[in-house]
Amino acid sequence: MSSAAAEPDKASPAIAASSVSKAFGGVQALHAASFAAQAGEVHALVGENGAGKSTLIKVLGGRIAPDSGGVALDGRPVRFASPADAARSGIGTVFQELTLLPWLTVAENLLIGHEPRRFGLVRRAALAPQAEQVLAGLGIHHIDPRALAADVSLAERQIIEIARVITRHPRVLLLDEPTSSLVEREVEWLFARIRDLRAKGTAVVFTSHRWNEITSIADRITIFRNGAEVGTFTGIDEDEAITLMTGQRVETMYPPVPPVPAGAEPALELVEGSVNGTAQLAFTLSAGEILGIGGLAGQGHRELFSGLFGAPPLPRGRIKVDGKQVHIRRPSDAIHASLGIALVPEDRKSEGLLLPLPVRDNLTLPILSSLSRFGVIRGAVERRMCRDMIARLAIRTPNAAQPVGALSGGNQQKVLVGRWLLAESRVLLLYDVTRGVDVATKHEIYELMLRLAGEGRAILFYSSDTEELAHLCHRVLVLRGGRIAAELAAPALNAEAIVTASVREAHAA
Amino acid sequence: MPREATSPGQAAPRRSAMVHIIGQNVGVILAAIVLLVSIAAFCGMFLLQQDRLPGNFEVTSTVNNTMPLALAAIGQTVVVLTRGIDLSVGGVIDLTNALAAIWLTGSTLHMLGVSLLIVLIGAAAGLLNGLVVGLGRLQPIVVTLATLSIFQGLAIRVLPQPGGEVPPSYTDFLVSTNGPTALLFLLAAAIGWMVLRRSRLGVNIFAIGNDEQSAIALGVNAMRTKILAYMLGGALYAIAGLFLAANATAGDATTGDGYTLTSIVAVVLGGVNLFGGRGSAVGAICGAFITTMIVNILFFAHINPLYQSFYEGLFLVIAVVLGALIGRLVRGSR
Repeated sequence: MSSAAAEPDKASPAIAASSVSKAFGGVQALHAASFAAQAGEVHALVGENGAGKSTLIKVLGGRIAPDSGGVALDGRPVRFASPADAARSGIGTVFQELTLLPWLTVAENLLIGHEPRRFGLVRRAALAPQAEQVLAGLGIHHIDPRALAADVSLAERQIIEIARVITRHPRVLLLDEPTSSLVEREVEWLFARIRDLRAKGTAVVFTSHRWNEITSIADRITIFRNGAEVGTFTGIDEDEAITLMTGQRVETMYPPVPPVPAGAEPALELVEGSVNGTAQLAFTLSAGEILGIGGLAGQGHRELFSGLFGAPPLPRGRIKVDGKQVHIRRPSDAIHASLGIALVPEDRKSEGLLLPLPVRDNLTLPILSSLSRFGVIRGAVERRMCRDMIARLAIRTPNAAQPVGALSGGNQQKVLVGRWLLAESRVLLLYDVTRGVDVATKHEIYELMLRLAGEGRAILFYSSDTEELAHLCHRVLVLRGGRIAAELAAPALNAEAIVTASVREAHAA
Repeated sequence: MPREATSPGQAAPRRSAMVHIIGQNVGVILAAIVLLVSIAAFCGMFLLQQDRLPGNFEVTSTVNNTMPLALAAIGQTVVVLTRGIDLSVGGVIDLTNALAAIWLTGSTLHMLGVSLLIVLIGAAAGLLNGLVVGLGRLQPIVVTLATLSIFQGLAIRVLPQPGGEVPPSYTDFLVSTNGPTALLFLLAAAIGWMVLRRSRLGVNIFAIGNDEQSAIALGVNAMRTKILAYMLGGALYAIAGLFLAANATAGDATTGDGYTLTSIVAVVLGGVNLFGGRGSAVGAICGAFITTMIVNILFFAHINPLYQSFYEGLFLVIAVVLGALIGRLVRGSR
């Protein structure tokens, strides 16, 4: 709620951080960083993962207290004990880690702390109608306020989280990676809301890794590197920004893709398959090939990838690996199927990695039985394997004993890939592996993918970033309603073609 | 709001409010069904062996015998909802039961004051648990295991030998043998639960049980909420101790020991999630009565008392497995 305190000083920024430093353990996340956003502007914070963007948002949003330096609101120094405290001063924050409570309903989550009450008690019957009204006021009609938060999709959870913050009319809105789980249409919705808020004089600060989003909405851009700001810009192109973010010039974002060797054997075939039980889906993935899967969200990508990994199996279809039919009922079937099928999922926290365990255990978990003699792990062999893999994938970790949870997102992703390389999986299912990963690490992942394909591994690759699909894949299958709407290859393969094929009939339907 | 803004997603067909309510209360509904089934089974066996249905006497004694467990289970529910667990239940009941046996005498007013004081002592025991768990950020299971022993020790100190005397008027008030009037206290407890569920404390209890870090980010004072939850639990165990004393018309410093485990059993049977954030005291009350009905059924089935805990355990496993399966089916069918 906007406080009726003194009239804001026009010359002072709506929110500012001056010389803020913050260290976590031995890592200096922010190093005398300064930042300021004006009322009525949309201000993008960009930088690699680990550059300090999220930490700055947490400091501004009252989630963490800085070691030194301070935050000022309309020119007045402030100190917040908690995000709730900051919210009372008109700062609304959507943190990267969502704060929805899973076993409460959407309505309870949306209205928590502001429930309709009578005699001090929550009017439970009024929760859903009021939430419905709040959501409708923001143009959201597809989310059922009576559903449990645990039962709605990741994107819907993100939208609810955003809705909860903006419905309280913040004077400063902080959004940390708000679009990472949203598809285009949802991003459009968010940007429409941001424009509304900007028109009303709200200062909006957001972080994103998607350059086209940044340029389409941000009035100003502040670039962060190594825990401090590099500078604030109004018109800057992507190459320049990347140079400033990385401190070096990245020659080309996407490395050149060598062709699939002639006469490559099929590594993975799906025959008479289906992701939903009705629509037909079939394809062949050759050794050494990167086959892209594109299309709008919710067209069966997730089901396809988890289905090929047996988690859970596809409702219909025969899977052939290396020409031989295999039965994949659970992940262990996939891991041990002939060539070995490995899935690197989008949600590495809940689906792939054991965050509190060291890098070493996360790397060697599926191959422990072959690493052991008489049931005891051969420590020296394991250590050597881990050391080699860390070096080979350039995983940034002090040593193999570091808990995976302490690594950055991109490096966590590399640990997952490394696990399947150790397991000698020849078929890799990469599901949106670059989501929320910084530019430099993305680049490393691209090069790694091409190297793996060059070694004869077959890669099935889904990405929510269409550019990635266009630049890294030999072929791209565009899914719509669980069917292949288009198959795009070499000369016809570009981002526009993928987008066109994704939506062509979506409107007519 | 400008109308040109596109809705960010397509509206899926909605489930009706009723379907949501059923889906989100599967635990309580299942507990109620299991309770009805076990009552029916008991009545059937009673009818076979006695040629009549259970009468006023049977109903009254069943209700009176279950009251302490039902109250302890409600207290345990409040704690479990915060993603905690309270093993000190037995110790608090021991202590309050012993105090009741030696203090409850004299005028009605005096007994009322003593009862209130004993409930406050229960709350103070909970305060100790809550302070150590909340301020010390320690595992509830360790803290309450330690305080369980402390309260048991205090109880023995208060009443070294079983004894004392509870005036008949006190017994008549709480657990009259003329009819199941104690159900009125349960009704009051259920209404109290509804109120709690709608209060700020109730919302906060559910919030920290769902995700403590998120709840803190949303402005919930997690420490205060936990302390209050343990205090409320302690107060309810104390009331259980009073009912136990009234029922036995005397005190025993070890009579509450079994309630630590049975209160957890009742909570599980009542569909309360042991990992916090989901559940209802109404379910826990059902769970308490299911536990009693199982014992009654075993009695009428002429099961050797030596094997009683074996069958109790068996029923518990079956009930929990079935409950989990049905819960999964209901939630999976969306």
